[in-house]
Amino acid sequence: MNPVVYKACRDFDYDGTRVLDILREVQSGLGCISGETMEMLAKELSTHRVEIEGLVSFYSFFSEKPKGKIAIRLCDDIIDRFAGVSKVAKVFSDELGIEMGKTSPDGIFSLEYTPCIGMSDQAPSALINQTVVTKLTPQSARTIARKLKKNPETSELLTRKGDGNNACLQINAMVKNNIRVRGEVLLCEGIPAEAGLKKALKRKEDAVIQEIRASGLRGRGGAGFSTGLKWDLARRETARERYVICNADEGEPGTFKDRVLLTERTDLMFEGMTIAARAIGSRKGILYVRAEYTYLLPYLEHVLKKRRKRGLLGRNIAGKKGFAFDIRIQLGAGAYICGEESSLISSCEGLRGEPKNRPPFPAEKGFLGYPTIVNNVETFCCAARILDGGAPWFAGIGTDESAGTKLLSVAGDCARPGIYEVPFGIEVSEVLDMAGADDPAIVQIGGASGDMIGRTAFHKKICYEDLPTGGSFMTFNSTRNVLGIVDYFLEFFIHESCGYCTPCRVGNVFLRERIQKIKSGLAEEADLHYLIELSNTIMMTSRCGLGHTSPRPVLSSIAHFPIVYASLTRELTDGRQASFDIQKALEESRRIAKRQSMIYDPIYGESTD
Amino acid sequence: MSKSITFKIDGATVTARAGQTIMDAADETGIYIPRLCDVEGLEPQGSCRVCTVKVNGRPAAACTQPAAQGIVVENDTLEILNYRRDLIRMLFQEGNHLCSICEASGRCELQAMAYRLAIVEPAKYPYLQPVRPIDASHPDILLDKNRCIRCGRCIRASRQIDGKNVFGYIGRGINKRVGVDGKNLADTNVDVNDRAVSPGTCPVGCIIRRGLGFYQPIGQRKYDNAPIGSEIENTRSGRGKQ
Ligand SMILES: Cc1cc2nc3c(=O)[nH]c(=O)nc-3n(C[C@H](O)[C@H](O)[C@H](O)COP(=O)(O)O)c2cc1C
Ligand code: FES
Repeated sequence: MNPVVYKACRDFDYDGTRVLDILREVQSGLGCISGETMEMLAKELSTHRVEIEGLVSFYSFFSEKPKGKIAIRLCDDIIDRFAGVSKVAKVFSDELGIEMGKTSPDGIFSLEYTPCIGMSDQAPSALINQTVVTKLTPQSARTIARKLKKNPETSELLTRKGDGNNACLQINAMVKNNIRVRGEVLLCEGIPAEAGLKKALKRKEDAVIQEIRASGLRGRGGAGFSTGLKWDLARRETARERYVICNADEGEPGTFKDRVLLTERTDLMFEGMTIAARAIGSRKGILYVRAEYTYLLPYLEHVLKKRRKRGLLGRNIAGKKGFAFDIRIQLGAGAYICGEESSLISSCEGLRGEPKNRPPFPAEKGFLGYPTIVNNVETFCCAARILDGGAPWFAGIGTDESAGTKLLSVAGDCARPGIYEVPFGIEVSEVLDMAGADDPAIVQIGGASGDMIGRTAFHKKICYEDLPTGGSFMTFNSTRNVLGIVDYFLEFFIHESCGYCTPCRVGNVFLRERIQKIKSGLAEEADLHYLIELSNTIMMTSRCGLGHTSPRPVLSSIAHFPIVYASLTRELTDGRQASFDIQKALEESRRIAKRQSMIYDPIYGESTD
Repeated sequence: MSKSITFKIDGATVTARAGQTIMDAADETGIYIPRLCDVEGLEPQGSCRVCTVKVNGRPAAACTQPAAQGIVVENDTLEILNYRRDLIRMLFQEGNHLCSICEASGRCELQAMAYRLAIVEPAKYPYLQPVRPIDASHPDILLDKNRCIRCGRCIRASRQIDGKNVFGYIGRGINKRVGVDGKNLADTNVDVNDRAVSPGTCPVGCIIRRGLGFYQPIGQRKYDNAPIGSEIENTRSGRGKQ
């Protein structure tokens, strides 16, 4: 028995629902999870090798093939690409002598790309094991590579400290918060500690839910479901246990506001979870944090510990007899789909992060079959503020259907990327002005699964009634290629689709093929109809939100940039398809027949040898 | 809970018992809803999406969607037919399906579904032509993964009927596939009599019994004389066919 495997299993009590944690330990201890290791794990955990293989092959941060002791993961977001990540990649590749996607023969280094790591405001960035390095340049990449070659110690890499809590002992990262605008709900200074929780504990459970409902709070993770209603549904179920889960998976490209809340409003988030626990009658909570944010783990654990010490978690919370609640942290392992709430629950249960069939909804049957509420980090923070400030105060901010403020993660071609806390209802152009985008041509709202708009739509308002967003706001200037951006998003979805259902697994591949054809200028008008039809099938038949939204960059770009598409499509008068290259098609026949074409080659009959 | 539920499918009244899915209820009424990943005797998983219907105007998978009082279900409409055609095309183009040399031709549910849905344009989508290895390690059973459509029927049959775990999903996205519980099939505890590898479980020609090639002559194969689904439409009350 391998001691690493043995220790990992023991650390998590041979608990099947903690397999992800066990695998993480094994991966970092052994550098890979080989077939042999899978067999060992299966035996120890009384499961099957194919189950373990199912997990290892599902999550990006696990691998069957050996990874380097130092795993360098360059952020491959579209923002990072435009910021020059490929030049940085080349330096790493040259300095370390390995190609992208490879591990060095001595097993020290591996180099690869990874989807958005939540640092778009400080691109290009990378993860070196758990350490985040930001604002990379070819020069800084060279320095880092040489340092690592001399001393493979990632703690040596920090040349500067980040702002706010990023500089604290437990985080100690060069990450910056880049808070540009502080609104009156979440990022304002002087939020009274635990004021919301104290008020919640003085009231009946129903009254707490009523307060949330009256505030008009809608989920900040993107879907915008009424938070009060969700809590109410979970509370009404009869069950022995109930769970509160905070979704800090933040995988949507271009989003990083939860990272800032996790860093700067940690207590407020836990306070909100505790209020939710009180409201629905839960004793156990889970904070699901994406693997890319592992560098925050010691700090998050530290804050939890402090809360336990202060009587804000555990038994008789804040002196309230009989109210017990505690929170554990679940780290993800590299899968965007795990941000989808039912996949997230699967992942917490130690399964492949695949969505569950609905109904039943998580509020009825969620984690391990118990009623579960899943809410975004920002939603819990808002909930805590609402209990303190009151529903009328919160409802008074924003628009009729979108109460409160929203954190926007602004990134891309602008002078001041970062976090903007703005009231709902703000116009896109106002945000662009604040961020100092001097030549904005394309704005992608809501991340890869959101909408792409152009100048004619910059008067639109950010709110559920008009342009909804989970927080991602990417701006691109007029030198950027619309089709290139769409192509990138489809590449992302292909990489991140769980593959469970046919339309999302296969359809996104076909969407990308056609977008690339258009991009290369070989398309006809019929290709646009093809894209619209295919998009519709994917959206109508997919099983979860990923497939329901993945065609949106395609459809919204066709709607908002008709001239771009028109300029790239042409109709040939000779009846041939533009994409058909007769010479290319003939090439193989010439090779096989060893002669030229009778029709297309002037020197027919001549041997090609 | 035993109160019966009534609802409509394409205008026809259907009754269901509490806990039944739309698919269950439709089957009992003799209305056929096309399907591939769902098969009688196994828990539905809702992955192929061929059974997509509209429930009160919103799409849902009939094999997993519970029947409910008063719902209005659309099944046999041109819009839905076109979605289903697209899905079947996707399943074809995703793998390597060469019907003319396939042992399962004539009893293949994918092929039969293409005929039933009258797919006349085979190459709407590009061929992905994946490179997929064949697992010929086992003396009695061959896995030709070129033809696998990821329906997971073998996985569920092994777990739910055989009480084993011979198959399981591995990979994700377009690389999601069916893996075996070992280095290869011979390395697992599969038995040739397992339901997971018996005829009727694999809807296509991926799981093949060795030594049994082309055992049914043309004309006597399962779908030679009647389209897929007619067993449901004919043997029940057949009320769906108005
Ligand atoms: C593919 C996909 C990815 C998602 N990723 C996230 C995420 O990273 N964070 C998040 O809070 N919600 C995400 N969601 C939304 C969740 O499913 C869910 O609606 C949300 O966590 C509920 O919390 P809320 O009501 O507070 O927004 C995602 C949804 C989909 C379909
Ligand atoms: S039969 Fe319902 S999804 Fe496959």
